[in-house]
Amino acid sequence: MAARDQHGSGAPWGAEFKVVGQPHRKIDGLAKATGSAVYTDDIQLPGMLHAKTLRSPHAHANIVSIDVTKALELEGVHAIITGTDLPINYGVIPWTPDEHALANGKVRFIGDEVAAVAAIDEDTANAALKLIKVEYEVLEAFFDPREALAKTEPAIHEQKPLKDGSSRGNVSKHVKLEFGDVDAALASSDVVVEHDYSFHGTTHAAIEPHCAVGQYSADGLLTVHSSTQITHYVQRALARVLELPEAKVRVIQPFLGGAFGGKSDPFSLEFCVAKLAMITGRPVKMLWTREEVFYAHRGRHPMQLTYRTGANKDGKLTATDAKILIDGGSYSSFGLVTTYYSGQLLTGPVDIPTYRFDSTRVFTNKPPCGPKRGHGSVQPRFAFEIQLDEIAEKLNLDPIELRRRNWQGEQTKTVNGQRITSNGFMQCLDLVEQQSDWKARYGKLPDGRGLGVAGSMYISGTNYPIYPNDMPQAGIQLQVDRSGRVTVFTGGNDIGQGSSSMCAYIVSEELGVDLGDIRVIAADTDLCPVDLGAYSSRVTFMVGNATIDACRKLRKQICTAVAEKWEVEVAAVRLGGGLALCLSDAQKTIPVREAFQWAEARFDTLGSTGSYNTPTLGGDYRGGTIGASPAYSFTAHAAEVTVDRETGRITCEKVWCAHDCGRALNPTLVKGQIEGSVYMGAAEVTMEDHGINRFGLHSGPSLLDYRIPTSLDTPDIEALIVESIDPEGPYGAKEAGEGPLHSVIPAIANAVYDAVGIRLRHLPFTPGKVLAALEEKEAGQPAGTAS
Amino acid sequence: MLRLPTFQLHEPASLKEACALFAEHGAAAKILAGGTDLLPNLKHEIYDVDHVISLAKLPGITGFEMQGHDLVIGALTPLAQVATNPNIQKHAPALAQAASLVAGPQHRQMGTLGGNVMLDTRCQWINQSYFWREALGFCLKKDGTVCHVVEGGKKCVAAASNDTAPALMTLGASLTFVSATGTREIPIEDLWVADGINNKSARPGEILTEIRLPLRDHTHHGAYGKLRERGSIDFPLLGCAVRIDLDDADCVRDAAVSLVALQARPLLIKGVDALLQGLKLGSTELDQAIEAVAQLAHKKCKPLDNIPGDKDYRRRMVPVYVRRTLRAALDGTGPVHHI
Repeated sequence: MAARDQHGSGAPWGAEFKVVGQPHRKIDGLAKATGSAVYTDDIQLPGMLHAKTLRSPHAHANIVSIDVTKALELEGVHAIITGTDLPINYGVIPWTPDEHALANGKVRFIGDEVAAVAAIDEDTANAALKLIKVEYEVLEAFFDPREALAKTEPAIHEQKPLKDGSSRGNVSKHVKLEFGDVDAALASSDVVVEHDYSFHGTTHAAIEPHCAVGQYSADGLLTVHSSTQITHYVQRALARVLELPEAKVRVIQPFLGGAFGGKSDPFSLEFCVAKLAMITGRPVKMLWTREEVFYAHRGRHPMQLTYRTGANKDGKLTATDAKILIDGGSYSSFGLVTTYYSGQLLTGPVDIPTYRFDSTRVFTNKPPCGPKRGHGSVQPRFAFEIQLDEIAEKLNLDPIELRRRNWQGEQTKTVNGQRITSNGFMQCLDLVEQQSDWKARYGKLPDGRGLGVAGSMYISGTNYPIYPNDMPQAGIQLQVDRSGRVTVFTGGNDIGQGSSSMCAYIVSEELGVDLGDIRVIAADTDLCPVDLGAYSSRVTFMVGNATIDACRKLRKQICTAVAEKWEVEVAAVRLGGGLALCLSDAQKTIPVREAFQWAEARFDTLGSTGSYNTPTLGGDYRGGTIGASPAYSFTAHAAEVTVDRETGRITCEKVWCAHDCGRALNPTLVKGQIEGSVYMGAAEVTMEDHGINRFGLHSGPSLLDYRIPTSLDTPDIEALIVESIDPEGPYGAKEAGEGPLHSVIPAIANAVYDAVGIRLRHLPFTPGKVLAALEEKEAGQPAGTAS
Repeated sequence: MLRLPTFQLHEPASLKEACALFAEHGAAAKILAGGTDLLPNLKHEIYDVDHVISLAKLPGITGFEMQGHDLVIGALTPLAQVATNPNIQKHAPALAQAASLVAGPQHRQMGTLGGNVMLDTRCQWINQSYFWREALGFCLKKDGTVCHVVEGGKKCVAAASNDTAPALMTLGASLTFVSATGTREIPIEDLWVADGINNKSARPGEILTEIRLPLRDHTHHGAYGKLRERGSIDFPLLGCAVRIDLDDADCVRDAAVSLVALQARPLLIKGVDALLQGLKLGSTELDQAIEAVAQLAHKKCKPLDNIPGDKDYRRRMVPVYVRRTLRAALDGTGPVHHI
């Protein structure tokens, strides 16, 4: 890590922040609210064609032949492409490039892409799809991961055999790591809880469907506008698959209507619009239907989890042993990382002295799973935090107290070698305890009403840059104009979380420019320095630090120029509130615009770059860097539920979420992230279910049947900010976009136990499962055996 | 987004013109009122139609009118108005409550009472895109020969899913259909046919114009109960309408219970009046009889795996919702809905 990567956590100009820490509008808020913001599907270009995708009606089949003759004859059809037109494989993780833009001889789930048509309009393209004749040889399909694991044939993917020569079968990734002697620790523990848990599949359901527009210029420049959260990786993947130099590929992310991890892979449509534009010489747009978005999926992996956790009578944990079967769906996507994350991200905020996880991701013939908000770690967290509740009960300890006794502390290291810097978990616990009136109410509410607690941690980016390289993970460029305007160029993808606004706040803080005089140009690979993208909750931490870095370089020039003019020490010059001020002479005050002009006269055209790279992190073992983050956020949730014993319906009435985000650069946006996370997580408990039926068909690929909550279904949410001021974050900031989702799910599960005494361990908690568990309890069977 | 298929849109300016068009095109035409049911179904290519006859420009078949002892509602009256009309709330609370729980607020602004009566049946195997249905191999209701709900089933069991239907049945509503050949008024019970492909006896060419309710006095009590996952938008997983009329001594004079989202047609439970008649409000006997009605309904109602939601759970909720809705009617606390 270079000196540029750390800036201290204090305000740039003495003790107080002027912009940071205050509520501000998002810089794009009005454009979005008034409808003037241009999303990908708003783009209309002269001569633009519309493309549609032919998809597989079979869950697992070889393609024998494709006949496009009739379709090509249809008037208005300009081009049709199939797998042979785009034969080069790709994958967001370079080690597992098992995807093709269009099926390369084989389809692996119902909805897999087979061909694409460009036509004068969508109706013509749709009509052409029906004229394409595909002959399939249908293969046995796997919908149950246990079955896919047990049977190696037919293999969903051709894979190299293992080193010992044995077949990988349908295993996508296997990771087994052990830290300390888990068996011995469990054997000597005073209590051990062991149970099976399961987490079903859920998806992102971003309101904007995926869309891409491709253009290919006469001089060979490919431009793709896409609703992506990873512009840089899309550029690389397009170059690879279309066999173009990266310098000839430009990817632009217009305004984006939500992503949540669902737009962090390169997708078929980006390659198809590019290829079709190259063939036809005309711009080509493809907008997926909602149904197609469900097939693109990359949502939360279903997991079957077996956990054993031990503790001693003093409440100290001794060991956790986890075995996890991960249903990956049909492609790898981020699955390698998911498999590691399913184990690596559990080792805080409570200390686990010895820990083992054994995670296996298998391929099945279902839409591919990937990263959804809280990638890979929401499912294990669900199991583990219920185990803590059970241990607390066995030891007759308050579950908050149990967590306090096991808190890992600050500036420490986890059992798996992750460096922990700031850690505000204890304050998070204090806050939810106070705000929920926990002490007076936990265990004491009337029958049918209960409180539950849970905690979690999450990464603020990782030092694993997906493709190995020594270059910065985030870059920023600033351009300063004589008018007083500053333009920020960032590769960071603003997917609604407010990353572009965050850049503006930092520039305003550092250079004293009014927010209204700052423009942010983001996520255009021709204009902006590389940022790796909006995933792993990395943007505020990394792009924020890069922005400070760039600002400090400029500030030096500006202050030097002003100090020379005023004949004062550089340290006497301050920039703030749109002005340059002199600390030693109140008469010396000029608009910051004039300061820029003096600096331009003194140093020539003004501009600067800034970068960030992570320090070397992680355990010294294979996979030790996956999940290693420069800083971790911490969260505690308390949830209050009511359970209707007659209907089995669980209603989450209220959630208190305290989140340690390091420093809230804009508390309004942090609270928005907390609320959105709680909303999304709570929905996974009782409502959302990305189910695949017995035919391998998505059970309801629409927003009618995939039930995301309405405002009426959303609990009251109290968003509570804890600021631990991280030593390495930008002004001490850490992530806030994903952490606050994790522990709401087990908190609700634990609250159900407090309400009616049933342990629900298998998501989603449908009313039928609740009734079955209540009946089991009545019958005196061990609670929670219902599945 | 999904595209509409190509069809000719007709916008007749009079009922007569609409009837003539419908008579001309018959089964090749569909009537468009609010469009909240028709348009998604067209996008899913569930109908082979070349003509859509919009009623948007027809005068005079919206609103409420007292006609003697009847309250007449124009078929094109938006559900939002049915839900909030003071006369409906007073004389037909079950209908107002049912209308208030149809879909979401925007749908109720567009969707009409007539449209909800004429709502097509629903099933998890049919209300899907053409691509999805083709991958499935289609089903009995459209394009296929197999039922995926009942193994070996030869009759479509797609479920009546209209919230207002059971309410109108308990209220003894009648429906007026107009066609090129004349006007026909039928009790709503006669509309239903036990066939999910088309669960209505209305003939091609007939347009529903009026829904007629007998006026009821202060002794009338009604309520609607709706089971669904979300607090809005969703179709019923179970719908239950009840009517209890008392006499001057606060004893039950007449009663009815009707349920929907079971099978192809809404079900009026026979024998409810006999169980409740003569029993006094607040008496133990009435409490016991309400439980007996709940159990009777449980016996008669057998939800299938047609619409989403576990059928065993839906069946289990039948007595719960019948009991709760009867109670709500007497207590004036309807609708019975989890939010």
